[in-house]
Amino acid sequence: MVDFNIATVLTPEIAMAALALILLAIGLLIPPGARKGMMPLTAFSLLGVLGYTLFDFFHGTKALFLDGLYLHDQFAVYFKVLFLAAALLVVLSSGGYVQKLAEHRGEFYSLIMTATLGMMIMAGAGELITMYIGLELMTISFYILVAYLSDDARSSEAGIKYLVLGATSSAILLYGISLVYGLTGSTQYTEIASGLGANLSPASFLATVFLLAGLGFKISLVPFHLWAPDIYEGAPTPVTAFLAIASKAAAFAVLIRVYLLMMNSQAFSGTGQTLLVVLAALTMILGNLIAIPQTNIKRLLAYSSIAQAGYLMVGIIAESVAGVKGVLFYAMIYVFANMGAFAVATHVSEKQGSDQIKDFAGLARRSPLAAVVMTASLLSLAGIPPLAGFVGKFYLFSAVMDSGYTAIAYIGFVMSMVSVYYYLSVVKVMFLGEGEGLPDIPVHGAVKFTMVFTMLITLAIGIYPTPLAQMAAAAAQSLIK
Amino acid sequence: MNLSNLSVGLSTYLLVGAMLFSIGLYGVFAKRNIIAILMSIELMLNAVNINFVAFNRFVWNQKSGTNYILTGHVAALFVIVVAAAEVAVGLALVITIYRNRQSTNVDEFNWLKW
Repeated sequence: MVDFNIATVLTPEIAMAALALILLAIGLLIPPGARKGMMPLTAFSLLGVLGYTLFDFFHGTKALFLDGLYLHDQFAVYFKVLFLAAALLVVLSSGGYVQKLAEHRGEFYSLIMTATLGMMIMAGAGELITMYIGLELMTISFYILVAYLSDDARSSEAGIKYLVLGATSSAILLYGISLVYGLTGSTQYTEIASGLGANLSPASFLATVFLLAGLGFKISLVPFHLWAPDIYEGAPTPVTAFLAIASKAAAFAVLIRVYLLMMNSQAFSGTGQTLLVVLAALTMILGNLIAIPQTNIKRLLAYSSIAQAGYLMVGIIAESVAGVKGVLFYAMIYVFANMGAFAVATHVSEKQGSDQIKDFAGLARRSPLAAVVMTASLLSLAGIPPLAGFVGKFYLFSAVMDSGYTAIAYIGFVMSMVSVYYYLSVVKVMFLGEGEGLPDIPVHGAVKFTMVFTMLITLAIGIYPTPLAQMAAAAAQSLIK
Repeated sequence: MNLSNLSVGLSTYLLVGAMLFSIGLYGVFAKRNIIAILMSIELMLNAVNINFVAFNRFVWNQKSGTNYILTGHVAALFVIVVAAAEVAVGLALVITIYRNRQSTNVDEFNWLKW
C-alpha cells in the first residue's frame, strides 16, 4: 500500500465539516442586509472543494484506513464529485428562493453542507456503523430542510411524514445491521462477506432483506416508494431537487458496496437476484405508469425519479464492472438532467407561486430559455438519442443483457417508451399552451447560469460520452478487481 | 428453588429485542398521535440496542475468549446518540405542526394526498 496522510485523504470531508460550521456562524453574525452574500460564498467554497475532489479522483491514492473503517478509492471519490456537483447546482439555483424566506437563511446553506458531508461519509464508509452515521447525518439534515418553510403547513407536514417514515426505515436497517453483526461478528463489508459464507440461513436472509428494505426506502424502490411524492411535493423545491438527486445517489453508493461486496456470496445471489429483479421491474413499471396522470410538476418528477431508480437498479442486477459503470455514469448524468428540470420548476414556482403543470402553459413564449432547458432535461430523462440519458440507458441495459437478464432489459425499454409520453405532455403544455394572463418570467443571474450549464453538460455528454464513461469505468474497476 | 440454575441466554435477549421491535413497528402504523409514533420508533431503536449488546456479550466475546471486543457496545452508543438527535428534530417538527393545525393527530396531516 502506498503511503498516505489521513488528513490529505480526508480533505474534502474536513473542508465540508468546517464550511458547515463557518456558514452557520456567518449566518448568525452578519447583519440581515448583508445576507445576500451567503449564496455566492457557499457556491465558491463548494466549487473549491469540488475542484480538489476532481484532482483527487485522478491523482489520489487508493487507501483503506482506520482498520478498514473508511475507504478512499476512486469509487468513493467519484460519488463525492457527484454530491458536490449536485450541491453546487442546488445552491446556485436556490438563491432567489432562499431570499424569499422570512428567517433562517444562513442555516439553509449550512444544512445543505452537512447533508453533503453525510453523503460523502456514506460513499466512503467501509463498514456498516460508519455508513449508518453518514446516512443519519444526511437524513436528519433533510428532515429540517424539508420542513424549512415553517409558516407553510404543507412543508412541515412533509417534514414530519419524512421523519416518521425515515426513522422507521432506519430502525429496520439497524435491526438488519444488528443481525449481520450477530451472524458474522463484524460490521466491515469484507469481513461480513467471508463471515456470511456459502449457506443461506433464515437469519442471514432476514438480515439482508432488512438491509435492502432500509436502503430501498432511501432510493424509493417500489414497495417503499410511497413517501416520495408527498415529501417531494411539500418540500421547498431546491430541497426536493437535492433530495431526488443526491440522497438517492448516496443510497446507491451504499447499495452497490453492500450488495456487490457483502452479499455477493453464492448462497445469496440466487434468492437475492430474484428479489432485486422483481423489485426493479415493479419500480420501473409503477413509477412510469403512475407518473402519467400527475398534474403537479413536483409529483411528476417524483414518480419519474422512482422510475429512474428502477433503471439504476438494473445496473446493480448485472453484477459486473460494466453494470456498475452504467450505474455510475447514469447517476452522474441524472444529476444534470434532473437539476435542469428542477431549476426550471424552482424558477416557475418562485415567480408564479404554483407547481401545477397547467401553469407552465406558454412558457416557451414567456421564458424561452426555461422552456428549452426543461425540454432538454425531460428528453434526457426519457432517453432520447442526442442527449446524455440515451447513452446512460444504453450502458445500463447492454450491461444487464450481457449478464443474461434479457427480460428486465425489455421491461426497461418498454417503460422508457411509456415515459416519453408524460415527459412530452409537459413539453406540449409549454410550447403549445396559451398561457393567457400568465406573467413573463425571464431568467437572470445564477439561475440562468445553472440552467444553461446543465443543458450544455447534458448535450455534451450525449454527443461525446467518452471522458465521463472512462471516469465511471475507472471508478467501477476500483471497486471490483 | 436454586436461582443459579436459571440461565438467561442469548435467545432470551433476542426474543425481548424482537418483541420490542414488533411492538414498535405495530405502534408506528397503529397509533394516531404523533408523539406516540415517535415513542414507538424509540422502541424499535432500543430493540436494536438490546440485540447489539447481547450479541457482543454472548457470541463474539465468548468465541474469541476475550472480553474487550466492544463493536456491539460502540454501535449501541452511536444508535443512542443518533436517536436523540432524531427525536429532537422530531419534537421540534411536532411543535411547528401543532402551531399550524392545533392538533397532533396524524389523521389530520392530510394536506398532501398520499
